[in-house]
Amino acid sequence: MINKGVIAELRDGVKKAVKGDRPAKPPKLHLRGISKAFRSVNGDTTLALQDINVKIREGEFVCIVGPSGCGKTTLLNIVAGLDRSGCGEVLCNGKRVKGPGMDRIVMFQESVLFPWLNVRNNIEIGLKSRGLSKGARRQKALDFLKLVHLSKFANAHPHELSGGMKQRVALARSLAMEPEVLLMDEPFTALDAQTRWILHYELQSIWEKTGKTILFVTHNLREAVCLADRVIVLSSRPGRIKQEYHIDLPRPRDDSSVEVAALATEIMGILRGEIEKVMKEELDEGSCKECDVKCVGAATDGRKLPAPVSPHGK
Amino acid sequence: MESESLTVQKITLPKKEQVVVHPRKPIHWKDYLVKFGFYVGVVGIWELIALFHVWPPYILPSPVSVAQTLYYGFEDKSLLFGIGISMERLIIGYSIAIVLGVLLGLALGRVRYLEQSVGSAVLGLQTLPSITWLPAAILWFGLNQAAIIFVVFMGSFLSIAISTEAGVKHIPPLFIKNAGILGIKGWRLYWEVILPASLPSIITGMKLGWSFAWRSLMAGEMLFVNLGLGYLLQLGRDLNDMSLIFAVMVIIVAIGMIVDHLIFGLVEKAVKGRWGLLVEEH
Repeated sequence: MINKGVIAELRDGVKKAVKGDRPAKPPKLHLRGISKAFRSVNGDTTLALQDINVKIREGEFVCIVGPSGCGKTTLLNIVAGLDRSGCGEVLCNGKRVKGPGMDRIVMFQESVLFPWLNVRNNIEIGLKSRGLSKGARRQKALDFLKLVHLSKFANAHPHELSGGMKQRVALARSLAMEPEVLLMDEPFTALDAQTRWILHYELQSIWEKTGKTILFVTHNLREAVCLADRVIVLSSRPGRIKQEYHIDLPRPRDDSSVEVAALATEIMGILRGEIEKVMKEELDEGSCKECDVKCVGAATDGRKLPAPVSPHGK
Repeated sequence: MESESLTVQKITLPKKEQVVVHPRKPIHWKDYLVKFGFYVGVVGIWELIALFHVWPPYILPSPVSVAQTLYYGFEDKSLLFGIGISMERLIIGYSIAIVLGVLLGLALGRVRYLEQSVGSAVLGLQTLPSITWLPAAILWFGLNQAAIIFVVFMGSFLSIAISTEAGVKHIPPLFIKNAGILGIKGWRLYWEVILPASLPSIITGMKLGWSFAWRSLMAGEMLFVNLGLGYLLQLGRDLNDMSLIFAVMVIIVAIGMIVDHLIFGLVEKAVKGRWGLLVEEH
């Protein structure tokens, strides 16, 4: 026990040291001036993301929160290479992201396990792309299943698993790919509170064991505070970085603990105004359309950006 | 802090995390009894009508004489021979149809230009009863096995292709996205993701294709008399042997039911169960 405490202290010390000489080391993930506009069916253009700049260092756990429709998922998809940004670029390990790659594995809200494969083969199918031999694949799949406490279910099929178990398999599959960055798109949103609570603990302990860099998107503020080193708050559409929080609470954190709740409430104070904006827009369709019209002709060329347009400004 | 980390280790899974076992439906013996009783009744009434000579035997043979014909037919292997010839044609034509149909379906489902061009032609040709290919097939392939196999092939090929295409198009986009993330590309994407993901539809298409193939084979064999079960039917007509006609019809129904219900039924159930398509939402 004493050893554990000492190790924890040492680790904190190391973390601080890393923080100290941050400029020397390039960030693991660097989002530089990301903007993105969508064109709707009637030809209008809507700005979804505007000038997002984020640096994430190795081993950091970053959560992105924001009101619904603020472009959180779009941002994650851009990092994953599943979506293209209008302008700006994403650098992973200093290399520019051009499309989906095995260095950035995404976990979705749904587990997306292949139903025709058993749990072990669902993990192995990704490892095949890594060029591992059959024996190595099998061993690795079993190792990571152990990490998520599902060794017993290696030969089960996805339809036999509960939602929480499926997400654990998805987590094991993502981790087994040994990505540089793990991208998580509201992975626990579809689960019940109990299962989510357990997975929050497990994800923290797995993160501490593996030291993965994680970018996590959620609309659940407690989840964000519970998991992250740093919480980035996005504004309502177009999504801009509104505020950043460094969370220094001791781990493992509990999403229902007082400290977590207090911080979540504080962030909620920031977000409330943004959520109200979204609500007004949704209730009052007229002003929303006006906003779309004002954004026309910009940002789709990928270089020029319009000035931020307030949905209610005339 | 210390004690907190200890409690984390001790967390046990709640009951919800246990494997959900779906209970098998119990077999209803009563249903089978009703079914069995019905058929016994039908045969009984049939035998009675035959016994009282309501119609002469060359119009309505008695079930006993049909059974006798079946028995002798199997004994002297003439019926077995007929079944063998028909099955050979069916299996060759049907197998080619599965391979080419699945390939065409995959292509139609993945390549938009193909779908717009070839796809419309496929839909149009699908409305053509495949027996109408027989005259052309005879001119192309001559009066031989190949002509009949072609008709069988045309019977099932397009319906398999159409079902496969539908299956490919209904693959959840997240499957394809996820495959990309996991580095599954090129042939592996088709072989390891797209093909298995559309398997339930492919099997539906194969089932449909089978019944089309089976019907066109019978039609073909009757029109283009050259052995096989259809030939035996025509032989029955030529010899005025109504019990032979009935016997062959019984065989055709039996084969159709065995393949449809037993083989396809079981395969479909197994695949849909594993693909999670039979599981109701709780």
